[in-house]
Amino acid sequence: MIPSGFDYVAPTSLDDAVAALADAGEDAKVIAGGQSLMPVLRLRLNSPSTLVDLGRIAELRGVREDGEAIVVGAMTTHHDVIADQLVGRHAALLTDATQTVADPQIRHRGTFGGSLAHADPAGDLGAVAVALNATLTVVGPNGRRDIGAEDFFTDFFTTALEPDEILASVRIPKHTGWAAHYEKFHRVAQSWSMVAVAATVDVDDSGVIREAAVGLTNMSAVPVRARAVEQALVGQSADLEVIRAAAEHAAEGADPMTDPNADAEYRTHLAKVLTRRAVVAAAGV
Amino acid sequence: MTATVEPSAAEHEVGKARIRKEDDHLITGRTKWTDNLVLPGMLHMGLLRSPMAHARIAGIDVETAQAMPGVVAVYTGADLAEEQGSLPNAWQITEDMKAPQAPSLAVDTVRFAGDAVAMVIARTAAEAQDATEAIDVDYEDLPVVLDLADAASDGSDLVHPDLGTNVSAVWTFDSAEAGTGTDVEDEIRNAEVVVERTFRQQRLIPAFMEPRSVVVDPTGTQITMWSATQVPHILKLMLAMTLGIPEHKLRVIAPDVGGGFGGKLQVCPEEVLALLAARRLGKPVKYTESRSESMQAAHHGRDQIQKLTLAARRDGTVTGLKVELLADMGAYLRLVTSGIPILGAFMFNGIYKFPAYHFTCTNVFTNKAPTDAYRGAGRPEATFAIERIMDELATELDMDPLEVRAKNWIAHEEFPFDTVAGLTYDSGNYEAATAKAKELFDYDGLRREQAERRERGDTVQLGIGVSTFTEMCGLAPSRVLGSLSYGAGGWEHASVRMLPTGKVEVVTGSSAHGQGHETAFSQIVADRLGVPFEDVEVLHGDTQTSPRGLDTYGSRSLSVGGMAIVKAADRVIDKARPLAAHLMEASEDDLEFSDGQFTVKGTEASVGIADVALAVFAAHNLPDGAEPNLDSEATYDPDNFSFPHGTHLCAVEVDTETGFVTVRKYVCVDDIGTVVNPLIVEGQVHGGLAQGIAQALYEDAIYDESGTLLTGSFAEYLVPGAPDLPHFTTDRTETPATGNALGVKGVGEAGTIASTPAVVNSVLDAVRHMGVRDVEMPCSPMRVWKAIQAGQTSSTQEGVR
Repeated sequence: MIPSGFDYVAPTSLDDAVAALADAGEDAKVIAGGQSLMPVLRLRLNSPSTLVDLGRIAELRGVREDGEAIVVGAMTTHHDVIADQLVGRHAALLTDATQTVADPQIRHRGTFGGSLAHADPAGDLGAVAVALNATLTVVGPNGRRDIGAEDFFTDFFTTALEPDEILASVRIPKHTGWAAHYEKFHRVAQSWSMVAVAATVDVDDSGVIREAAVGLTNMSAVPVRARAVEQALVGQSADLEVIRAAAEHAAEGADPMTDPNADAEYRTHLAKVLTRRAVVAAAGV
Repeated sequence: MTATVEPSAAEHEVGKARIRKEDDHLITGRTKWTDNLVLPGMLHMGLLRSPMAHARIAGIDVETAQAMPGVVAVYTGADLAEEQGSLPNAWQITEDMKAPQAPSLAVDTVRFAGDAVAMVIARTAAEAQDATEAIDVDYEDLPVVLDLADAASDGSDLVHPDLGTNVSAVWTFDSAEAGTGTDVEDEIRNAEVVVERTFRQQRLIPAFMEPRSVVVDPTGTQITMWSATQVPHILKLMLAMTLGIPEHKLRVIAPDVGGGFGGKLQVCPEEVLALLAARRLGKPVKYTESRSESMQAAHHGRDQIQKLTLAARRDGTVTGLKVELLADMGAYLRLVTSGIPILGAFMFNGIYKFPAYHFTCTNVFTNKAPTDAYRGAGRPEATFAIERIMDELATELDMDPLEVRAKNWIAHEEFPFDTVAGLTYDSGNYEAATAKAKELFDYDGLRREQAERRERGDTVQLGIGVSTFTEMCGLAPSRVLGSLSYGAGGWEHASVRMLPTGKVEVVTGSSAHGQGHETAFSQIVADRLGVPFEDVEVLHGDTQTSPRGLDTYGSRSLSVGGMAIVKAADRVIDKARPLAAHLMEASEDDLEFSDGQFTVKGTEASVGIADVALAVFAAHNLPDGAEPNLDSEATYDPDNFSFPHGTHLCAVEVDTETGFVTVRKYVCVDDIGTVVNPLIVEGQVHGGLAQGIAQALYEDAIYDESGTLLTGSFAEYLVPGAPDLPHFTTDRTETPATGNALGVKGVGEAGTIASTPAVVNSVLDAVRHMGVRDVEMPCSPMRVWKAIQAGQTSSTQEGVR
């Protein structure tokens, strides 16, 4: 289908973008890589008055080191995230999960920030953001504010972003040396995650799990942490029985939905199996 | 000696793996798709579709839409009620079949979500789209009929209250009545084993790559329609008959068409509406559907409930089969909706020779998109049912599924064989195909691995599935179609034109939409006339160039269309022979024709067919009374169907923890008779397998309880891609068809027909020991996992773990 008519602006700085968004009023939308928004527009599920395109703002792209964290520009494409050395070294979970996003064409257009701001519960990167304790920096007419990943996602396709705010970057505390695995379950290669588990662990030389972080995709309206699993892992040796027992806690506190592919019971079961597999793969057991 | 390596005419084209000559333009897009067409003054049509599955239209307010920018006209069903007529159904399967009125634009009632209720004609497609959204329709809810079994029962709410029932027709075949076999009830009564199963054929969406698209130009003396259709000839005839336009005032062109799978074997409401609008406004009108419209409103496929009762002896010999079908028509009867289950009726006996067969099909209306032809059309349903229940019999008797089949199949020395369903299978060799497939598959090795995995309680279980299928291709002997009350014949037409320079134009009535006709037909003609492959041009898809034809479906193009070409080419040679004799001052009887040369037997004297063509063009030196023309036409009506067969073996791994099914190995040995182009065959088989596997594991058109299609985009309707499919091991045996001079059988649907039961059989084979008796298609992870859970709880035996 053909989208409804809209005005289009493509500013070249973040300040200009914020101003353009404010000017355009509350029916305006921000477009990043367009991989989710364009289908929405074409299906006429949304008819914004203006699109503010962030594609020409250089300062929103790329990854930099900042003390104990790395900062990923919101407009960094999935492809660039996967290829980035800093991400690979300090946030291996993000690299691993991003590799499972869609297909190469989409990974060349779609962006990390766009995916988070879209807040599809089946999107793969929200679980990574919550697992890695990321902080999202948003900019609006009243300046900058930082939002913790778990506070950023508020409901299905809904975030703490105000209509006049733009997600600028994502700050991820360094998880240097943490092993990671993103275990994704979907029916065909091109389809969304029915359930997926983002797991990353810091295992010491004696094989004891020092720290663990587990995020769940599509187990609630928003990405959630599987804290009970993490608690059951920390301080234990990374062996199969420990992981198996810990994974049984995977769905605690989650609120999975039912759709034709999976009902809540099946999702709950999948979360446990996939959590076990994700941690096993991450810990190299 | 041979000084240069010329492309020797003696080297046969037929059998060569020619790269398809149409691919460079199809793949690069430097070609004519309907949506690429731009005509002067062309307007665009947009359709407003009903979101309701069943409702009365209490009012439509088009005022706002009419005033929108660029809008030229807005029409509702009431505006067109008189002139739109009823969309045609060409297959009255019984004398008392109930066929409802099927308006292109709903007049007072909508009957499925997607039914068109209003159309906007505007200067641009975007303006047309905008204006449809400004139309306000007042719907009054009517009861929605969705469940097939409920719809067929007494007291159900009605899709068409004026018909007084949801049952369109009941069609039966009985071997005792037809004199083709014994009485099935007797066989069931006397059977040592009776296996009863009910299978569900889910609803599928054809999902062709190019959406449906139409352009109608009403200017000039004829109305010209370009349409992304499989059936330009049938479309032209049906438009004439439906709309009362004199047939000679219509021209239909199917330019390059990007796939159909039966989904474009249709006279579409959108085609009728574009024509009516163009005629009213006197300007060209274009319509191209969106993907969501295509999934919602273009016809769907399958959707049957199949109840089977199989009678057998303890030694595995099958003695009878009773089939009771419920077939979902959807809301209306489209072109051949009513006949699709009937096309399967002759195939439920498969490759087997049991003596008794009874088939009853009840065609039922529901408030869903109409169903109609989809790749295989009737035969996949039948093949699935028989191949699934043969496995169930094997389980019941604790026999190897291949052993049960071998016990019942027609032995190669028994051909030609008259089947219990009343067909005559001309040829086949099921033993040879099966032996080859078993070897390629490493059947015994995989059985060993399966046993080991079971033994150690592996969470990943291996399953092996068999499908030894046959199908009927080459639609169709016209007399047979007549006996089944189909509205047309099954012949095909061709003409061959020798141009003065020796080049050849071949016109076929079998219009391609991705099959590779241009290449395959060129190969046939190159051999027949002894001209280079490159010198043949195949023309099709325009009723002006190709005035006679019955188009492309039912794997008919080669075995029927190809034979028409052979006949026409032979007539060219017959016409050239006396002229060649004259040119060489020889007697006709002394000439032999091979590799494009007429040679006087026992001499060096010869003349090429191209030289004859030039001489004919000049016409300076022809025999007295000879007509200066080598062009020939031929129409071929087959005496019988052709019957490809094959053995497909599938190995799947089932992750019993999640229910996820991975196809690990797939081997198929097909016997499609003589092969014209192995590369095209390979492509057809691969695509067919993908589509059949998709039915087994992935695809499912799902409506919610209000009749809204939940799988209205590719995000929900899961079409597999290359990463989801295994490497296919394909091979062939070659038992030529005896019914046609080419020895060909057809391969367009074989992969789809054969593969679905092979995959589902393998899924069950993997988890049957866990207490699973059946998994409905598609065998989604959740379904498989739940079946395992249920099986484990219900079975008293210890679980595998």
